[in-house]
Amino acid sequence: MTMQTPAIPKFDAALPETPWRLLARRFARRRAGMIAAGFLLLLTVLALSAPLIAPQNPYDLGQVWIMENEKPPLATSSDGAHTYLLGTDGAGRDMASAILYGLRISLGIGVVSALAALAVGVVVGLAAAYAGGRIDALLMRIVDVQLSLPTILVALVLLAVLGQGVDKTLMALVLVQWATFARNVRGAALVERNKDYVEAAMGQGLPAWRIMLRHVLPNCVAPLIVTTTNQMANAITLEATMSFLGIGLPQTEPSLGLLISNGFDYVLSHQYWISVFPGVALVLLVVSISVVGDQLRVVLNPKLDA
Amino acid sequence: MALLEVSALVTEFHTAAGVVRALDRVSFSLERGKVLAIVGESGSGKSVTAFSLMNLLDHPGRIASGEIVFRGEDLRSATESRWRALRGDRMAMVFQDPMMSLNPVMRIGDQLAETVAIHHRNSRNEVNGQVEEALRKVGIAAPRERMRAYPHELSGGMRQRVAIANAIINRPDLIIADEPTTALDVTIQAQILYEMKQLVQTSGTALIWITHDIGVVKDLADEVCVMYAGRVIEQGLVADVLASPRHPYTRGLIDSLPNAGAAGARGRRLYSIPGSTPPLLALPPGCTFAPRCSRAAPLCATVPPAAIEGERAFRCFYPLEVA
Repeated sequence: MTMQTPAIPKFDAALPETPWRLLARRFARRRAGMIAAGFLLLLTVLALSAPLIAPQNPYDLGQVWIMENEKPPLATSSDGAHTYLLGTDGAGRDMASAILYGLRISLGIGVVSALAALAVGVVVGLAAAYAGGRIDALLMRIVDVQLSLPTILVALVLLAVLGQGVDKTLMALVLVQWATFARNVRGAALVERNKDYVEAAMGQGLPAWRIMLRHVLPNCVAPLIVTTTNQMANAITLEATMSFLGIGLPQTEPSLGLLISNGFDYVLSHQYWISVFPGVALVLLVVSISVVGDQLRVVLNPKLDA
Repeated sequence: MALLEVSALVTEFHTAAGVVRALDRVSFSLERGKVLAIVGESGSGKSVTAFSLMNLLDHPGRIASGEIVFRGEDLRSATESRWRALRGDRMAMVFQDPMMSLNPVMRIGDQLAETVAIHHRNSRNEVNGQVEEALRKVGIAAPRERMRAYPHELSGGMRQRVAIANAIINRPDLIIADEPTTALDVTIQAQILYEMKQLVQTSGTALIWITHDIGVVKDLADEVCVMYAGRVIEQGLVADVLASPRHPYTRGLIDSLPNAGAAGARGRRLYSIPGSTPPLLALPPGCTFAPRCSRAAPLCATVPPAAIEGERAFRCFYPLEVA
């Protein structure tokens, strides 16, 4: 009888695991992270496809009838053609449609403002870490001042001066957020800058800006992913707050915050759905982003990932 | 004309506690194809010598005086962009800890390719060929596959080979290796030493090997500089210095080596030099080694021996006899 030779495990040297693939694999093991990511994905798809799936365009006045106002959830329209899944608001708009469109605006503003603030923060933070000395001190004092002011106050003042609008809201959000990124980037870059591989890169004859961008910055990505995610959640809440207070977005482009605000007057007269459903959507969105960010923080730090 | 001539190099660190003279009138020269070992304890100035030669001193360190002439070019007056052009191309450095000296988030092939691409306008194919060849030269099997690996996927010995490949890839005239085997296993150390020697011999590159281990000097180097407290205290051909050290400190270093094969070595207590290196901020006024030296006389405590230069030299008033 011949001996069976056990199969020799194949070492696949040709396919090393990229850091991104490793990150994805470790994130996939975290249940809370995957549930939140699932919700986030669902909300994103809903937001992106709002014009395709919403029963009506809530901003097209030709589709909205004032006679259909304040219908409760699951009420049928007067012509019997369709059901208002989440009811209608005081102007007769279909709440489900309004929420889909509002989600789109809230999510868009959160993502765009956080990414823009990230870009500004990376430039300022890297410049401070690279230059050091007085330039570093000056930039960081500006950051300190910015961070010591209450964000909502700064945003309020800015919007009072600038006026309403998507572009102005974005500007205000970037202005209150860039400092957080700048401080994060600088901190991470200073740690990396003192590592041997930076010295080695200088020994290769690479120019300093190239070392900062190609060697130092990629090594700071882990903390930045977490900060960016959390700042997106922050930006969405902040925009909702400003819109609720009536200084953020105009009535023609209602975000979730503005929808909540619009329904606020009806809560006491028991038409809860006009305010509550947009609120639920907002909470789902912000919580799912926060949980994803929190889980990313754990996954990106091997000491926390048990 | 030697490839590298260093004369009376002084490097200082301006700290809050005072000016630390990390290098005091260091002079040596190095020919193409030769290996110079710089030996010394921690804080003797070996690494500062390396960083001074690459102009990579960190703030607050700076070269205060002296000359560095490399390929006939006076580098003391070179601009930073000239230095950048030389670094990685004509002179390259291998660092002590291979775990730290490679960028953890870059594929090793990309890191090596960057070293080529920053200095030469080669096509992508040419660069890939050079990277593969450099990895093969340092004894890495399947270099084409390894190029796609990240540093964390390689062992310490492999990473140091990659770092060496990164240093030799542009066929530099000078390689400075700052204790490149200290962080490795003894067996890997021996392999890397052997391979470095082969590389230097076949390519005609000059090598400065910085080490605290005088034991590796014999097999590897042609010449040796022994440093103590920022000064070269003895230099010469390895064979001469090891067979017949003139400075008591060099003698002490050689005697501190375990010599398992020698008759009567078993059971004998290993020699060690008494005391420790003086702090650079409070150097003794005379010979810096005098407080630890068994041959020290009153003269040694007050007058520093003159700085040295040349083929075979030592910095001592009462040298040991030629054996």
